[in-house]
Formats: sequence, structure tokens, C-alpha cells
Amino acid sequence: MNIIVCAKQIVNVTDIRIDKKTNKPVLQGLDNKISDIDKNAVEEAIRVRDEKGGKVTIIMVGPSEATETVKELLAMGADEALLIPWDQDYDYHVVSELLIGGIKKLGDYDIILCGEASLDLFSGQIGPRVAELLDIPQITYAQEIGADDEKVVGDRNLGDSIVTVESSYPVLITVTKEINEPRLPSLMDILGAANKPIEILEADDVVSEVSSPTVETIDITGVSMDRKNIIYEEMPVGEAVSKLVESLGKEGVI
Amino acid sequence: MVLAYAGKKQLMLEMLGKGRELANELEKELTAVIVGDENHALAEEYIQYGADKVFLIRTNQEMFKAEEYTQILTGLIEESESELVLIGSNKDGKELAPRLAAKLKAGCVSECTDIHIDDGDIITERTIFSGKAVAKEKINSKQGIITVPSKTFDPLDADTGRNGDIIEKEIMVDPSRSKIIDVKEMEHSGVNVEDAEVIVSCGRGFDNREDIELAENLAAQFKGRAIGCSRPISADLNWLPEEHWVGLSGHKVKPRVYFAVGISGQIQHIAGMRDSDIIVAINKDPDALIFDNADYGIVGDLYKVLPELIDAIENAKT
Repeated sequence: MNIIVCAKQIVNVTDIRIDKKTNKPVLQGLDNKISDIDKNAVEEAIRVRDEKGGKVTIIMVGPSEATETVKELLAMGADEALLIPWDQDYDYHVVSELLIGGIKKLGDYDIILCGEASLDLFSGQIGPRVAELLDIPQITYAQEIGADDEKVVGDRNLGDSIVTVESSYPVLITVTKEINEPRLPSLMDILGAANKPIEILEADDVVSEVSSPTVETIDITGVSMDRKNIIYEEMPVGEAVSKLVESLGKEGVI
Repeated sequence: MVLAYAGKKQLMLEMLGKGRELANELEKELTAVIVGDENHALAEEYIQYGADKVFLIRTNQEMFKAEEYTQILTGLIEESESELVLIGSNKDGKELAPRLAAKLKAGCVSECTDIHIDDGDIITERTIFSGKAVAKEKINSKQGIITVPSKTFDPLDADTGRNGDIIEKEIMVDPSRSKIIDVKEMEHSGVNVEDAEVIVSCGRGFDNREDIELAENLAAQFKGRAIGCSRPISADLNWLPEEHWVGLSGHKVKPRVYFAVGISGQIQHIAGMRDSDIIVAINKDPDALIFDNADYGIVGDLYKVLPELIDAIENAKT
């Protein structure tokens, strides 16, 4: 079973702060990481491979230094990775075209796995776009997957219902965070991953021409989250409670 | 042409409200799409709420599949030369829109909070970075596809005198290789956190499922109340059904008062409740992120704080 996982490198959203003067989010100097739900996709890929045999290949479009974060996924247990460095303007259209260019270079595959969305922008476009460009079925929001030799069954969590879908291969599946608990690689795993191959293909090697973005960012502005931050601490519970009730009374909610 | 499709009626009415305004600015027609249901009464209603035209599509497939709906909508968009396509941003719409966009090589913006036309260009706004910022974007492709979350725009008042065309069509699709083998409806208690005035929300600070009763007792002090929860309580522990889940991939709420009880305040949770008027946090960890996002807070054990708080509110009311 050949499984490809699409992964994205993002900044840690919790660390983003808004510059008070410019009212812009400050993204420089933040740590990079693999988007959380992509790790669930990798974990699921490893699980299926361990059961059915085959290999897990990570594919990423991102900055050239992303090899460092990709190593984390190899340490988890993925077998190899393909990085397509791209630091010019992009949108989901550009990235999905680069991804399928890379996927076609990788040869035969049975399952392509993605996280349901990345935690920074949370659009969830890449999975369905890649599935359409490859003309294969998509099983989105899977919270459980059962892979057979001939077919795969996924339980899709639609909020108000669970829809169970079956598909033959190849198929694209996006997973939710509930599907599993991604493993933390041990030190041995991390050392072992150093020898796993990370292939780098330039954009020109995977597509004849890189499209221009169909969506252009004009502006990004911070949203202020100014709260009163009146915290009652280091006092008896009774006192804290009466102060809170008094405050809520003044707010007119009691 | 501006084309609108959502599988749910209320969301469709909201989209028609905004769609009408955009169609007027573009000096184009607004068309609504109904798939798989020869519901003329619904088509009439869409016209009363702003549509100029309704495509009533008969097809060979019964249930929604993004692969198949992509084929239906691609045909309609190309035939009607639509330049702006609004798709309802429920789970179906969110997986349909990007697939459709890939087929059309079009730009797609997910979960827009505002849309306007500037000098003929389609400009969108959406929140990113878990609600910390708003991105203003411009669509540069021939067609623009935009998904619209529920409760973002208001429907127009129904105009029973409005005329429009209802066009019936039969569109056969190549069936997807995937097969729906089971649909299980999830437990419903009729709770609607999105409309609640006061929400008491539970997090991992609760030790047992039964203890949620404490939160319910606090909520019982208020009118228009609902119980909310963070991701682990619903998705991991299954203590409460999904309809209570507040967060980035759960429900987005804006009550008058939001009590976050035993919730650490991960950014994905904040994204779901940041529009609340007043946020009250109760947590035993003084460093919990939730306090940064709270108007009022008590650092303390919820098992001690909640019973006293319930008593105190009861006394204050009398």
C-alpha cells in the first residue's frame, strides 16, 4: 500500500501577536512546525502501512528550510519525503498544482492523506483540490479509517451525522484530529530519521509552468482582543465569588 | 451572473440576501440552484428572497457527494457564465467549493465574513490565525468561488410580488467510485449554542461526566442559556454531543456572557467564543491562557467556586 501524506509547515498560531502600532500580526521570528492535523494524517498513514505493508511518503510545498520540520514526520515513522521549495506568491490553486506535479513524479499510490485543514488558515481546500486534479474520490473529515486490500471505509464526521463511505483505490482522505493521537518520536527515532531520504524537486521539475495565484492578499489586519482581565486570585473563594457577582451585577447580567 | 448554492434553506436565504446586493453592483442576475429535489415551492421562495432565476436540477444521484456535485455545478457555472459563485459553508459546501474551484482553475476563498465589489473586482474578508487577524483578499480568476458561513448575512424580507424564472434541468453525472454505506444521525438535544444569550462552557477541568451538572446549575440561573464545551469534552471524551462544542471546528458563538469553566483556553477554543460580550473564566491554573482572554476571572478549583457562585447569584437576584 503506497500512501502519500500532504503536509504543511506553519507558524505556531498561539505565538502570533498583533503589533499595536501597525495593527498587523507579527510573523517573523516565530517557530515553525508541522500543522497539527497533518500529524494525525501521518499517524494514520503509518498505522495503515504497518498493517498492510508498503510505504509512507510525505509531500510538502513550502520554504526550502522546511526539511527540518519534515524530519519530524520521518522520525514519527514515514519512510521518505519530497519537498518542493516555493517561496514566491501562492494560493491554494498554485500549491495544489505543485502538489499533484510532485505526486505524479512519485508514481503509483493507493491513498493520499491530508489533515482536514491547516491550523493557521483553516480553509481545508488542498485535499478536495488535489482529489479533483487527480480525478479520484474524496472522503473528507474522516474520524476513522479501515483499509482493506480492495477498498477503504471511512467514517465522516459531519457534525450532525456520521456518514460511512467506502471507496476503491486510489482515494484521497482528509482526517480530523479525533482519528488518533500522533506518536511522539523517541530519541532513537529522531536519530534514525537522519538517514531517511528527503528528495527536493524544484517547481520547474514538477510542472511545466507555475500558475499565477488566483487569490491575492491585499491586507491583513489584527483583530483586537482587548479584555478587562480582572482576575480574582489569592483570596478566599467566597470573597472572589462575591467580587465576581458584584462585577457581573454592574455589567447588568445578574 | 451570480450563482448561489447551499443544501440548507436558511443558509441559502442568507446568501441570497448578500447575493442580491452583489448582483446589483455587478449589474448581473442572481441565480439559485436546487439539486435533486423538484421543489417548486422552494424555488418560488428563493425568488421572493431575491433570486432572479432558479435552476431546479434533476440528477441520477440521491445523496450529496462532492465529486458529483462538482460536475453539476461546473456545467451550470459555465453555461450561465457565472463570475461569482456563493457556496454555503456547511461541511458539504466546504468540501465542494475547493473541488469545484480546482475543476474551474478558479480562486476560492473559504468562510468569508464579508464580500464586496470594488471597481469590478471581487474583494473578500475572512478571519485567519484562529481569529487573531482578518485577511482581505482579491480574486483574480475568471470565476470566483466563495463559501459563506451561516449567520454571516441577513436574508431580505420576502417579496411575494417578485417574479423570476424557474428552469428545470436534468444533469446526469458520472457516478463517483465512492459509495455511501451508512448514515447515522447524531444525538440531538435541541441545544443551539449559536443563539444562546448565556453560555456555561465546560473543559478538561471537569473530572467526570456527571459533574457537568454543576455547569447546568450555574446556567439555570440565566435565561436563554446553553451548555457549551471545549473540544476534548465533545470530540475525545464524548461527554457532550457535538452541538455543544465551541471552537474553530465546532460552533462559533457570541453570547452576552460566556463562562469558561475548567477550560485552558487553547487558541482554537478562543476562536469560537471571542465575539462574546463578556467572558468569565474559572480555572485553577493562574497561568491558563483563558485568563488573557477573559474580562473577569477566578483562579480556583471549579468544584469549590461553582457551588458558591450559584448560591451568590441566587442571593443577588432576590
